[in-house]
Amino acid sequence: MIGFATRRLIQALIVMLVVALLAFTMFRFVGDPINQMVGIETSIEEREALRERLGLNDPIPVQFLRFVSKAAQFDFGTSYQFRQPVSELFAKRIPATLELSFTSALFALAVGIPMGIYAGLNRESIISKMFLSVSLVGISLPTFFIGILLIFLFSVTLQWLPSFGRGETVQVGSWWTTGFLTVSGLKALILPSVTLGLYQMTLIMRLIRAEMLEVIRTDYIKFARARGLPNRLVNFRHALKNTLVPVITITGLQLGAIIAFATITETVFNWPGMGLLFLQAVQNVDIPIMSAYLLLTAFLFVAINFIVDILYFYIDPRLRVGRP
Amino acid sequence: MPYVSNEEVNAAVQDRATEQPTAGRASRILDSDIFHSFLRSKITVVAAVATLILFLLSFLAPWVAPHNPFDLATISILDARVPPIWQENSDPRFILGTDDQGRDLLSGIFYGMRISLIIGFCSVFAAAILGISLGLVAGYMGGRVDSFIMRVADVQLTFPAILIALLIDGIAAGIFGGVDREFFAFYILIVSLALSFWVQYARTVRGSTMVEKNKEYVQAARVIGIPAVIIMVRHILPNVMGPVMVIATINLALAIVTEATLSFLGVGMPPTQPSLGTLIAIGNDFLYSGEWWIAIFPGLALALLVLNVNLLGDWLRDALNPKLR
Repeated sequence: MIGFATRRLIQALIVMLVVALLAFTMFRFVGDPINQMVGIETSIEEREALRERLGLNDPIPVQFLRFVSKAAQFDFGTSYQFRQPVSELFAKRIPATLELSFTSALFALAVGIPMGIYAGLNRESIISKMFLSVSLVGISLPTFFIGILLIFLFSVTLQWLPSFGRGETVQVGSWWTTGFLTVSGLKALILPSVTLGLYQMTLIMRLIRAEMLEVIRTDYIKFARARGLPNRLVNFRHALKNTLVPVITITGLQLGAIIAFATITETVFNWPGMGLLFLQAVQNVDIPIMSAYLLLTAFLFVAINFIVDILYFYIDPRLRVGRP
Repeated sequence: MPYVSNEEVNAAVQDRATEQPTAGRASRILDSDIFHSFLRSKITVVAAVATLILFLLSFLAPWVAPHNPFDLATISILDARVPPIWQENSDPRFILGTDDQGRDLLSGIFYGMRISLIIGFCSVFAAAILGISLGLVAGYMGGRVDSFIMRVADVQLTFPAILIALLIDGIAAGIFGGVDREFFAFYILIVSLALSFWVQYARTVRGSTMVEKNKEYVQAARVIGIPAVIIMVRHILPNVMGPVMVIATINLALAIVTEATLSFLGVGMPPTQPSLGTLIAIGNDFLYSGEWWIAIFPGLALALLVLNVNLLGDWLRDALNPKLR
């Protein structure tokens, strides 16, 4: 177990180092950082002085090490467009993105799992077939268009739900703001989380259905039925439990995708999160924000992958035997 | 390697060369398992016909579209935001209404779909070439080259394609600066999509190459001194193309969606050469003022296109999967 975890950890570190190298290359070589920081009227001498002071004349490896050590302390430099430290900008927006991602993951699981179980147990029923065709359409519709359709239906036509922003937020602790505690905050969460979670929901539904179909055919389920156990017990205690292993993996990995697709959802709904910040940075070539976002999401993805690997190891006893 | 006489080798190579049946190509296709499974699945036939119609409409856009949305002489700002013909205040010239500049929406959709499809095809092609070459080299060479390429692929696979495309797009914009971004938009999109999607091809091709390279025909070719490049391209490549076709079809849908997303986010095609995503982005500004058709119709066209290509891809995957036969 420890050997497995260490190997995984080393791999994760290597990935992070590669990503850091990429982020550094971007930060240092795409456009001239000095030109972005000073005005047109700054003289060449002043530019050189600034260059020297920021250490841009040092050997590249030294600069890279400095970049990594600063990034490890959450210092990602100053945004070109906002003239504020990138870390402050991110800190302000992380709660919005995390709350959105969490709610949509919850939605995907809470709706996807029951639908999947139903479709798996009642393979031939009309409702199952309807679920499947709806899921195919859901996979084919681009995220941003789902958002537009929902806005058109629920905000513009029916005027039930707000189409942009987080509603009222409440400050919790020193820097976390939450929309969970106000009615308008909760209302504002509905459309974006459905938009963001719909793809994952269909994925989870299809996965559970496929796994259920497989598990139900196995001998131990047949024996459980032969023993006269009630259907509820067989279906949920015996069958469902064994379908959850791949679901946990996929859900974990999809968390990364949710955070990535939050960029799109946040743009459609004008949601003040990290994704919107990143997108504005891409449009305005704000390299410090872009490289910080790259590092941050890479860290999140690597961390999630690592945790999923370890979880898998715990859940599936087969992995524990026969491994060096 | 066991001793093999020259004649045997030549015979083996000859065998592979003459393996191609001499019967006509058409009858071979009509008789194949794949064609039969195609006819059996009604929804696939429908999807194929629909895809064909959409392709024809978009590639023949200059001839079938009722108007030319790029001809400044025929568009008038007075026709702006005319609703579709079944609503009040509509104009019989514009079946699906017009956008904010008075361009006919139906024609705009045909032309936009053409741009979306061209970018989709080009980027799938570029990604396939990149991925296949790297996969062939990795699988055939093995060793350090293999582990390097596959490590890069693994790292990239941790990130969703859309993020990578966004990043590449941003970096490209930084490098080209203010220089005529509109002109480069098309090429930047293709490059960023190709760089986002090559991994799947590389992994698949590497896997099958590692199987193929130990087979007799490859060893035979190697023994008679055919250069590695030619073995890879002429001998191994044709035998690993099956799965590549499946990935390419599914990727086409994905590439179209990703391109539309990038354009919608404002980092793809500019409003002067709108793809479907750009059209939706334009329409999104008018959604709240009641002019819903400007965003919804291009969106439905996009969804229709992607759904049909996805259906074809799904069928192709099942049809070529020997486990399901």
